[in-house]
Amino acid sequence: MRDVAVIGIGMTQFGELWGKSIKDIFVEAASKAIKNAGVDHIDSMYVGSMSSGLFVGQEHLGAILADYLGQTPIPATRVESACASGGAAFRAAYFEVASGASDIVLAGGVEKMTDGADVTDALATAADQEYEVYQGVTFPGLYAMIANAHMNQYGTTREQLAAIAVKNHRNGANNPNAQFRNPVTLEQVMNSTMVADPLRLLDCSPVSDGGAAVILCSMDIAKKFTDTIIKVKGTAQASDTIALHSRKSLTTLNSVVTAAQKAFKMAGVTPKDINFAEVHDCFTIAEAVVYEDLGFCEKGCGGPAAEEGRTAIDGKTPLNTSGGLKSKGHPVGATGIAQIIELYEQLTGQAGKRQVKNAHIGLAQNMGGSGASCVINILEAK
Amino acid sequence: MISPRYHREIPQRYRLEAGKCKGCGNVSFPPRLVCPACGKNEFEVVRLKDEGKLLTYTIIRVASDKFFGTTPFAVGIVELNDGVKLTTQIADVNFDELKIGKKVKLVFRKIQDEGKSGLHCYGYKAVLV
Repeated sequence: MRDVAVIGIGMTQFGELWGKSIKDIFVEAASKAIKNAGVDHIDSMYVGSMSSGLFVGQEHLGAILADYLGQTPIPATRVESACASGGAAFRAAYFEVASGASDIVLAGGVEKMTDGADVTDALATAADQEYEVYQGVTFPGLYAMIANAHMNQYGTTREQLAAIAVKNHRNGANNPNAQFRNPVTLEQVMNSTMVADPLRLLDCSPVSDGGAAVILCSMDIAKKFTDTIIKVKGTAQASDTIALHSRKSLTTLNSVVTAAQKAFKMAGVTPKDINFAEVHDCFTIAEAVVYEDLGFCEKGCGGPAAEEGRTAIDGKTPLNTSGGLKSKGHPVGATGIAQIIELYEQLTGQAGKRQVKNAHIGLAQNMGGSGASCVINILEAK
Repeated sequence: MISPRYHREIPQRYRLEAGKCKGCGNVSFPPRLVCPACGKNEFEVVRLKDEGKLLTYTIIRVASDKFFGTTPFAVGIVELNDGVKLTTQIADVNFDELKIGKKVKLVFRKIQDEGKSGLHCYGYKAVLV
């Protein structure tokens, strides 16, 4: 397979975009990416979307979005892997370019969550409908059960989880595309409304509309479009049992462990070589567990790491410099692509007040359900 | 009329029927067509133990529309004495009594109502013992 580069990015504001349809949102992000890359055409496109059918009653997303983007008759496919749909779309685009089948491919993601659907019910379709959701469990509930087990096993504290939300809001305050640009205090997180014990409202990523898109091309033509070459150094994906209760451990996400090992091997790096990472903090506990399972530290350190500042922008391993899902917003299908965009901005030195010093290699970790899918991509500034 | 989807799950929800692999003895709940432990596809029906312990739990304060009006309610992951784990509501409980490791027993209860007709849907819930 040949080397692949990311040469352009585009995204919408994340938030409650009442005036914009799912088509408007995607076309805005994709048009920005095409313009940003400076390409005169794309050979094909992949769109990550978790549940356009339930959120807006629209399937066949590949075709409708290619149509409204003015790109027919190129191949256009919607990719679904729950909340990891964006990351999976990026991988599909990567393989199409790496294989030599296409030279320039768009990888996008979009979700329109505020058009009136029962969002809790729609998101719960990422879990086992008959044996988890039937009992009334929600996604905050599943991650709350991980949190309680983690607290019981490792002594993780409520304050440590709150420190993750505080950090991510602090980062998001400097991201112009973030849904929430307000810092929050430890007290605000600890006193926010209980959603599923021990997780409170400010432990949870929000309901969001938003779109994101990037352009990938083969490395040998990338220099025609840009001087700042960002290489896709590693990509991997793994699955786990759909039901949280089927797993040997409730505090380790095996899909993350497996995908990380594969991605590190492909990239020829170890966790120590990663300068910063965007991780899937759908809930604060998720960031703590993923930080451990990526191999940045031993099990149980995910809580203390945030509290001690190790994951802050000026820390040893900055996590979620974009504000993460928590503060930037979580339009589900767009999230995996928005993570790639933050990597691109950091690696090209365009992250402004969020800029990490010496950002050469970044990692994006995107997961679906309670960790039944995980996609990891590692990007490098050449 | 009970929907086919609901009807299919009755052996599991009413009677805790699981599939024991004739190759390796692994018990799958719900039953599967392929054993996740050894890949074989012959099973015998076994009934799960109805006692076990609480591995983790939460209290759902915000539910989907289907469970509107029933919040707050407790949900947990239970490991039964035969090693099978499942997700279940925890009924008749004072939330302050919930603790990881506590012994529980599965009982037969109404879980939800189906659709606008309001047909009752049943299954297992755990209670502390």
